[in-house]
Amino acid sequence: MEKKLALQMRGITKRFGSVLANNHVDLDVYEGEILAILGENGCGKTTLMNMIAGIYYPDEGHIYMEGREVVIRSPKDAFDHRIGMIHQHFKLVDLFTAAQNIILGMEDQGRYNLKDVNARVREIAEKYGFRLDPEKKVYDMSVSEKQTVEIIKVLYRGADVLILDEPTAVLTPQEIDRLFAVLRKMKEDGKSIIIITHKLNEVLEVSDRVAILRRGEHIATVNTADTNEAELTEMMMGQKIDLNIRRSDPVNVQPRLIINGLNLYDSERVHVLKDVSFTAYAGEILGIAGIAGSGQRELLEAIAGLQPLESGEITFRNPKKDKPVTFFHKSLRRVEELDREHAFHDPQGKEISFKGMSRKDIRKWVDSGEVLFKEDEIIDLRNKNPLEIRELGIRLSFVPEDRLGMGLVGNMDITDNMMLRSYRKGPGGLLDRKKPRALAEEIIQSLQVSTPGTATPVRRLSGGNVQKVLVGREIAFAPKVLMAAYPVRGLDINSSYTIYHLLTRQKENGVAVIFVGEDLDVLLALSDRILVMNGGRVTGLVDARSATKEEIGLMMTRTESREGGEAHE
Amino acid sequence: MSENREKKVREPLVHLTRRSIMSPAKAWGIRVMAVLLGLLVCGIVAFLLVDKLRQNPGRIGEFYYTFIKGSFSTPRKAWKFFKDLAILLCIALALTPAFRMRFWNTGAEGQTLMGIWGAIAVAFYWGGKIPEGLLLVLMFAASLLCGAAWGLIPALFKAKWNTNETLFTLMMNYVASYVVAYFLVVWVPSGSSNLGKLKYGKLPSLGHDYLLIILVTLLLTIGLHIYLNYSKHGYELNVVGESIRTAKYVGIGVGKVIIRTMILSGALCGLAGYLIAAGLDQTITTESVGGQGFTAIMVCWLAKFHPLGMILTAGLVTLLDHGAAQISQDFSVASDFPDVVVGIILFFVIGSEFFINYQLHFRGHEKEGSVK
Repeated sequence: MEKKLALQMRGITKRFGSVLANNHVDLDVYEGEILAILGENGCGKTTLMNMIAGIYYPDEGHIYMEGREVVIRSPKDAFDHRIGMIHQHFKLVDLFTAAQNIILGMEDQGRYNLKDVNARVREIAEKYGFRLDPEKKVYDMSVSEKQTVEIIKVLYRGADVLILDEPTAVLTPQEIDRLFAVLRKMKEDGKSIIIITHKLNEVLEVSDRVAILRRGEHIATVNTADTNEAELTEMMMGQKIDLNIRRSDPVNVQPRLIINGLNLYDSERVHVLKDVSFTAYAGEILGIAGIAGSGQRELLEAIAGLQPLESGEITFRNPKKDKPVTFFHKSLRRVEELDREHAFHDPQGKEISFKGMSRKDIRKWVDSGEVLFKEDEIIDLRNKNPLEIRELGIRLSFVPEDRLGMGLVGNMDITDNMMLRSYRKGPGGLLDRKKPRALAEEIIQSLQVSTPGTATPVRRLSGGNVQKVLVGREIAFAPKVLMAAYPVRGLDINSSYTIYHLLTRQKENGVAVIFVGEDLDVLLALSDRILVMNGGRVTGLVDARSATKEEIGLMMTRTESREGGEAHE
Repeated sequence: MSENREKKVREPLVHLTRRSIMSPAKAWGIRVMAVLLGLLVCGIVAFLLVDKLRQNPGRIGEFYYTFIKGSFSTPRKAWKFFKDLAILLCIALALTPAFRMRFWNTGAEGQTLMGIWGAIAVAFYWGGKIPEGLLLVLMFAASLLCGAAWGLIPALFKAKWNTNETLFTLMMNYVASYVVAYFLVVWVPSGSSNLGKLKYGKLPSLGHDYLLIILVTLLLTIGLHIYLNYSKHGYELNVVGESIRTAKYVGIGVGKVIIRTMILSGALCGLAGYLIAAGLDQTITTESVGGQGFTAIMVCWLAKFHPLGMILTAGLVTLLDHGAAQISQDFSVASDFPDVVVGIILFFVIGSEFFINYQLHFRGHEKEGSVK
């Protein structure tokens, strides 16, 4: 079948300041095809598509539709040319129904007749196999339903060219399959579908052709049938790369963090964590899987002391080796109590008993340093703030999801960001920047952070480098527990692998690592065990070495049948 | 026909792009250009509004010279220039810790007025009854306390209930003004509300009456520069200002920092009030601060909250103010004219920041593919 050109881009260039986001990109889009735009984060995929969708205006270059040059200055111009884009972040009014959101902002409607709109929406949904109730309010919808609303919104406006920006990032494996089925139907209907992605398996599964972008340049466009994963990676990265994550077997695991019956309400009194219980072991990576917003963020923040708990326990255990008793740490009365619990022994391991001895003699014996004891340090972290946790001597590191809004201060330089955790150290009221600067230099060197120097504000760094600075700082304090929420989100492949290796190394050093991820392939390859969350509840705990993606995908959407009796699709 | 079609949809006339970091030299070049351009526009406006200038265009040179003359033609004027600069700078410095914390304290006027009130109240009740040295110390303490209290009240509400500090501090200005009005009625039995100069509680003169005020402000500038950039407290308030979430993440007590910083900000306003009360006026009216609490906000913003930079911006504002006053005198125009002049120049200075951050692209210029 002879394919007709839907859209052509010629010599498209876009700069942001000194950054060249797109450099003379040429691209053809045909009718009735699915074109994947593949490239690493920051390679200019979204920028390029935003220029077709009227969000940005190109600095140079031309766009042709059906052989005629068009000028797209606004999203409205794009719609006039039958182009629609579904952005990564949905823009819906929560209090409106699906249908109301779909017609929102449309001109020359004539009479506002919701019944007609509902019917038309149903018709579109049926035609392409969407599942959507036009009268459902957006606040009642799952992420996947919201995405459906966004897609139908674009179709309703008569779009023939649909651009989807990372549509699978927020979906479960099952939802992804359904989306792809819909996309194929639209393709058969003659629509041009462009999907922006950085996931190779999806490209191979759904697309007809792949356009590869690297650092703003268009590298090649190839037929999907004629290529494979290795070739695509090489074009995307400019070099061959090993995509295997090294996973060592956990050694000497022991309970480090015990979470029991955690309940949490957010500021709007929404029950965000429901009876969450699990144990994180020292020496393993515990992955946490779940659809975005299933309580992962709240869970980590609760452990870090940032959320006031409704109920439940967070216990930190740190078994210590044999240690001499001193009166610096223990009162005489406490020593007598411990003695009754048979806690003491001599360097040879023989039990020591103070029974019947005078206090003076006990003192003398203890001061000799010959009295040793084993102590399990068990500390209740419940409702302690981050400062109190640190003052207890617990090294709990936390790499939050929101790097520049929580983990770091964007406008401060790398040195000042290093100080965030440690600036209180040292006597007097003045800051000591010497050590933080040395640490900054060390991290820049060991993690290969590309920056002009330690005095650069972190917001000027690229996403990968920002993350290296944050992870580097959190690791620098030799944590006992390391929690990381979506630590590779927005990072290029090389930086992602740097982070994976860092986490694995921490695990090997006996740290309890908790890793919240969104890419199930990575979770399965990196973690030792995977905890699955859905709607603030733990819905599964699996061994990452034997579990499958589908199994976890089901747990991610499973609702407790006991609770509401609602059957999930 | 197709020619016509293409004409219909054209490239936008102007589109904006964000600039990458501009070199400081170039940025300052743009700012200086803006001031010069502002002065030029001032000249044109003056030509339209000032009769004497229109009748005799040759005096345009004199017009510009008057800007300088207003501040420096005599030693007396120069002293007054530095005194006014110091008071304005002192209030702007007081605002700085709060602004760095993104706490938009618009209440410097009231906090300073309460500082003056505190000092004058002490001098009024105890003047002559206790030694002058002790009186000055008590006045100092009263000024700081009153200013701090006026800063503390909105801070408490912000820390506990997250009230809007901009409106709150603004309203506190009126409360301060009425407190003073009330006491003027109590203190002045004649009912004229004119307290007159008090006999006691005057700061010693170090050779010149204004010298002490200038020195204190200079020390304060350096002290605050160190506090904000090199102290733990300063670091904390910067973190709170940049991101409350980050502050909580590392365990900084946000409420505590807000309260502490506003006590400092208010107390420094109180210090400015003390300098005005004990160093200059020795009396009080509801207009004792004369709007400087608001001008200081601009001084602080223009310097991007850098204490050392505020010496320059406070200088510029004072220079314009005095120069414009001189113009209205020399060219006999309405007393509102200086405000027009100051407004025009500041408009250009503030507007120049836009061109430092953004670049304009005009239609047709891109064809050659050159971007400067």
